[in-house]
Amino acid sequence: MLERDVLVVGAGPAGLAASIEAAKAGADVLLVDLNMKPGGQLFKQIHKFFGSSAHRSGTRGFDIGLKLLEEAKEAGVEIWLQSTVVGAFPGNLIAIEKGVDGGAKEVITLKSKKVIIATGASENVVRFKGWTTPGVMGAGAAQTMINVNHVKPGKKIVMVGSGNVGLIVSYQLMQAGCDVVALIEAAPKIGGYAVHAAKIRRAGVPIYTKHTVVEAIPGEDGTVCKVVIAQVDDHFNPIPGTEETIEADTVTIGAGLKPATDMVKLEKCQLTFNGPFGGFIPLHNDKMETSKSGVYVAGDATGVEEANTALEEGKIAGISAVESLGLISPKEAEKRRIEIWDRLEALRMGPFGERRQQEKDNILKEYEEKIGTAVEMD
Amino acid sequence: MALINDGYLEFEELNKLQKLPSEERYAKGPVAVIECVQEIPCNPCEAACKFGAINVGNPITNLPTCSHDKCTGCGVCVSKCPGLAIFIVNKAYSETTATVGFPYEYMPTPSEGMAVSAVNRKGEVVCDAKVVKVVNPPAFDHTPVVTIEIPKEYADEVRSIKRL
Amino acid sequence: MCLRVDEHCILDVENKAPLVEISVDGNTIKAHEGEPILAALLSNGIKVNRYTVKKHEPRGLFCGIGQCSDCSMVVDGKANVRTCITPVKAGMVIKTQDGLK
Repeated sequence: MLERDVLVVGAGPAGLAASIEAAKAGADVLLVDLNMKPGGQLFKQIHKFFGSSAHRSGTRGFDIGLKLLEEAKEAGVEIWLQSTVVGAFPGNLIAIEKGVDGGAKEVITLKSKKVIIATGASENVVRFKGWTTPGVMGAGAAQTMINVNHVKPGKKIVMVGSGNVGLIVSYQLMQAGCDVVALIEAAPKIGGYAVHAAKIRRAGVPIYTKHTVVEAIPGEDGTVCKVVIAQVDDHFNPIPGTEETIEADTVTIGAGLKPATDMVKLEKCQLTFNGPFGGFIPLHNDKMETSKSGVYVAGDATGVEEANTALEEGKIAGISAVESLGLISPKEAEKRRIEIWDRLEALRMGPFGERRQQEKDNILKEYEEKIGTAVEMD
Repeated sequence: MALINDGYLEFEELNKLQKLPSEERYAKGPVAVIECVQEIPCNPCEAACKFGAINVGNPITNLPTCSHDKCTGCGVCVSKCPGLAIFIVNKAYSETTATVGFPYEYMPTPSEGMAVSAVNRKGEVVCDAKVVKVVNPPAFDHTPVVTIEIPKEYADEVRSIKRL
Repeated sequence: MCLRVDEHCILDVENKAPLVEISVDGNTIKAHEGEPILAALLSNGIKVNRYTVKKHEPRGLFCGIGQCSDCSMVVDGKANVRTCITPVKAGMVIKTQDGLK
């Protein structure tokens, strides 16, 4: 049977960082990802990142992705693409549907001493009349099309949601040559960073706060040709008589993300609900270990944040996994974890970050109270 | 607040939240105008300035401050700011005109001498303008800095051009 | 309608992979080998990938990362292929999916 020291699930920033840390310490690491290419969302991020110099701020996301892939290669991380975990069984056994040449799949059973889950997040949906019409899609889907596949989802876009995803993807759609004809936000205020809003305003994008999409109207070909928006009241219900019709062929929905916890559930890790972090997330301690001994988590799967925090959490998970394998000393591991938690704290400051810092503290506390020490479950 | 309700800064808001160059400093030539007004964890502008004019310090959520006397208006910070929130304003360009330098990451990239429409922070066209300089060295990592000449009275308002 | 991004300030958008021919509902279109089938179709203005089982409603690109299955099509005789995560190969025969087939 195939055996590895560490299985990492998800090759985004968290999974790559975890794999690199573990492999550098001498662990046999297998990294699996269901996509055609590794890098997670990093290769869709063509803007320069915020953060401190320690986080390569000012560097574009995809350049950070390239650097990580290079480091993973150097460290000897084995990567399986188009591969999905489909089962977890007693005795540290994991079933993986492995993508093989020619698009075929093969199910392989792996015995892995440690598992790191870095499965990221999925997009939330807003439902309105016609939301399933071709031309209505996630903002992330549109971003994938323009920045990875270099194809525009349409020509005239209505963006729904003013969080950072909605604002940044609007900007990037214009960079790809689309027109963003409106950005719609149900709340009275813009959700994301003002600088992101400012750059799309300068480019002439109207931002409609206290508005919602009422309907996406299909044309003869069955795809979106008109979009009806309306003002909302204090309970976010459309106010009759305020409807406006906008000519557009695409509606992109940037309504936030929720942690992808399928794999965490498969491993029967204990979950907790956390609104600000996007939904159900696995309880974990400051080693990023879940309620199940030997199973670690990192990145958006532990609560939706951003690439820099995912990278740092990934490093912690990687370090903790090799510590428990005896590849690095507990003293060394603890020293490095403290440095990383300090950097994470700096990333979780200010009006946009402090809430996440509080919630992270709460989660660590809840872990202490409910779990204390991770248990062997098999 | 226009900033969080509508996504752009009114000049009065900016003036309250950031220390802007004095009229005496403006009279001496190009200078950076930093329009970063929210405490987000970000500091590449600090390292970008080789004259030590920009300070963020600890914690990195501090708003950047610019010592306008040290600033030479070189424009390197304009290309480095991930928020595209720094501009170079030269109110001493000529008797009647000023220049505004801004990051411009759309296609096509404007060329020197081109006639363009200058827009304010809301994206409204406020006056005609002429492109006087386009700088895009490898160090700017694909963020061209475009400088346009405009009538002096619009120097505090104009921040970009209508997309070509 | 061509929806390819042909110029970009930041990205090198030139796809160096060879152009190959694929068949879509009997029509031949050009696509870059290795790009997702969905992207090749979208660049040619094809936005409907399948029709639903019960109400026969059109569906197209929604998540773009293999999670929602709205872009499923019949590829080389096999139904329910998620075209957003399946790469183009020369000579592929692709059909708009109707219901489950």
